[in-house]
Amino acid sequence: MKQEYTITVYTENQVGLLNRIAIIFTRRKINIDSLNTSPSEVESVHRFTIVINETEDVVRKLCRQIEKQVEVLKAYYNTNEEIVWQELAMYKVPTDVIAEKVKVERLLREYGAKAVVIRHDYTVFETSGHREEIDSLMKALEPYGLIEFVRSARVAIIKSSAGFHEKLKEFERKQPGEDVIENEYLNKQEEVFTM
Amino acid sequence: METLELTKEKITTSTTENISGSEAVLKALIAEGVTTIFGYPGGAIMPIYDALFDYEDKLKHILVRHEQGGIHAAQGYARTSGDVGVVFATSGPGATNLVTGLADAQIDSTPVVCITGQVFAHLLGTDAFQETDVINITTPVTKWNYQVTDATEIPAALAKAFYIARSGRPGPVLIDITKNAQIQKFDYKGYEKCDHIRSYRPAPIIRKEYVEEAAKLINEAAKPFVIFGQGVILGRAEKEFKAFIEKGGLPAAWTILGLSALETDHPLNVGMLGMHGNYGPNVLTNDCDVLIAVGMRFDDRVTGRLDKYAKQAKIIHLDIDPAEIDKNVKTAVPVWGDCKETLPMLTALIEKKSHTQWVQRFNDMMQEEHDLVITQEMHPASDDMSMAEVLDALNELTKGDAVIVTDVGQHQMIACRYAKFVQSKSNVTSGGLGTMGFALPAAIGAKYGAPHRTVVAIIGDGGFQMTLQEMGTIMQFGAAVKILILNNNFLGMVRQWQELFHSRRYSFVDIQSPDFVTIAKGYGIAGRSVNDRANLKTALKEMLDHDGSYLLEVMVGKENNVFPMVPQGCSVAEIRLK
Repeated sequence: MKQEYTITVYTENQVGLLNRIAIIFTRRKINIDSLNTSPSEVESVHRFTIVINETEDVVRKLCRQIEKQVEVLKAYYNTNEEIVWQELAMYKVPTDVIAEKVKVERLLREYGAKAVVIRHDYTVFETSGHREEIDSLMKALEPYGLIEFVRSARVAIIKSSAGFHEKLKEFERKQPGEDVIENEYLNKQEEVFTM
Repeated sequence: METLELTKEKITTSTTENISGSEAVLKALIAEGVTTIFGYPGGAIMPIYDALFDYEDKLKHILVRHEQGGIHAAQGYARTSGDVGVVFATSGPGATNLVTGLADAQIDSTPVVCITGQVFAHLLGTDAFQETDVINITTPVTKWNYQVTDATEIPAALAKAFYIARSGRPGPVLIDITKNAQIQKFDYKGYEKCDHIRSYRPAPIIRKEYVEEAAKLINEAAKPFVIFGQGVILGRAEKEFKAFIEKGGLPAAWTILGLSALETDHPLNVGMLGMHGNYGPNVLTNDCDVLIAVGMRFDDRVTGRLDKYAKQAKIIHLDIDPAEIDKNVKTAVPVWGDCKETLPMLTALIEKKSHTQWVQRFNDMMQEEHDLVITQEMHPASDDMSMAEVLDALNELTKGDAVIVTDVGQHQMIACRYAKFVQSKSNVTSGGLGTMGFALPAAIGAKYGAPHRTVVAIIGDGGFQMTLQEMGTIMQFGAAVKILILNNNFLGMVRQWQELFHSRRYSFVDIQSPDFVTIAKGYGIAGRSVNDRANLKTALKEMLDHDGSYLLEVMVGKENNVFPMVPQGCSVAEIRLK
């Protein structure tokens, strides 16, 4: 049975790895619903959070293929029950409407949204939560002239991954990550050789 | 002045010296034990070639005629030597010409390190002359790749490349080096081999409980059956494997990449698996009660229809790559790890048995196949020579001691079915990718990998025309490769499928060939063509006895088919004998 799975991948910080991981999905024609990558709590270790809708068998095989990549430390997959997750969304709405309509204020309080930019022509609100919560605020704001809307990829914390957190720290203690110089010449065009 | 101290793991230098990135590349290769490089120079790799000029006494460079030939040669070298094959190519078209070989090496787990030149770092991403994004192009077909833009990265990048290519499940690695990094001088502090990467686990931790569980299943089995692949050869576990099957009295069948891991005449060697494999092993796959897969990956050419594959059997899968477990076939017990270590553990726990009646069933079915297929193939009634009789005659002359390199097609299946082997690393073929044009360059590499052995490249008339320019490499460097062309004036395998599955609509398979012997003569390679049975053995002997390379063209039956055959979409038990 297909369902939403969140894949969490701990990796080295390496140029080109995103492509290697993405290829594992694209060559099997599996659509990625959401992808986030960021530094993790351990220095030099990055973390990918990938959401897909697939059967467990497929997800398990995908994780094994991901783990085969040289720069991948570990890949986990979890159902929604096994993780705590959030998405962040921003909503741009006309300021005059917000200023006049009390209803909107109530709506924003209800959804825990807060203003991040207030200009005379528009105001940007942000909120975070599960997809449905973000979607329903968008629907609620639409009648008031929603100008623009954007949603982030999912970020997720595995409820029971303390073990790996410790292992990561252990890795780091034993083998501190090295600073890799990547394409530094791109910024020094005049200083390097010419043909 | 540098003094090299060679220890088992590390090479260190006592002093620092100022050298170019190119020199660092060559020092790395020497430190890794490389002696032979296959390659083709060009603008973006010129600094490395310039440095190579001073290293000719330590590094033999074989100038191929096409980069695809270079990487296939490196594959052939790796497969016979058991070490890493090395290729040089320039940027852009030079690098893209490697892609077929990389894909081939990736799917067949062949350790290859490719070093490609790249445009200057400041030109990256500008569509500069001969610039291609080789890292992104090769990502899906490499075990690992990396672009070096600064000379100081070279020693570590190459150490990583060799470690990754040869460790765990081996595979191809590509290092792309910008021209400025090749020219740039830096303070070289010596070369240190890589033996650990934080995020890389070449072999999984062996779980003893799984080994015990597997042994229990084997001990309880009435009809156990072993199927083995190249993992046995890559793990250098031929002895361990033989001890395992001999103690358990276990009949064992091979995939085409596992061929030669166990000598052909071993009493427990029951033949070849798969689409054109032997009758017994295919049919009895669906009859055994425990199926023990060793270092093989359940390729679709081996399994046929998955939903009808060994459903009655409990499957034990020994593999170094955890991603292979349950990938295609659901296992009862996965035995993760290097089979060099897991096989002895398993052997220690299994009971000594013989399974005489069960082994006899394989022998009976082999007899049936002999009566219905093999005898006719080896002794055809018609005047047309069959490919099998050519192989039979070759076996008689080489006594199974030659390295056989095959291309792709009918001749490949016939060679794999009929060639005999007495030692490991003797069969070199393009298994997973099925690359036509593979054999000639791979045979050149195989000869450098096993210089004291006879190397016979068996090639169809179609595949030979894909890379025949590599005869130029033979001409220049004198690799004594015996080229045996089995010419049926057809793209035989496609024609066979068209006959069986496309109502004999022979669409564009009637391929015209040039006079191969005359072409070989143009390259200074002796040769002859035979089209009658009476001259076959003499001609083969002449080829084998000839001092140096030799091309023998054997005209074989135009519409001969390769049987048995598991038609696509059928179960292995539905194998057809005719």
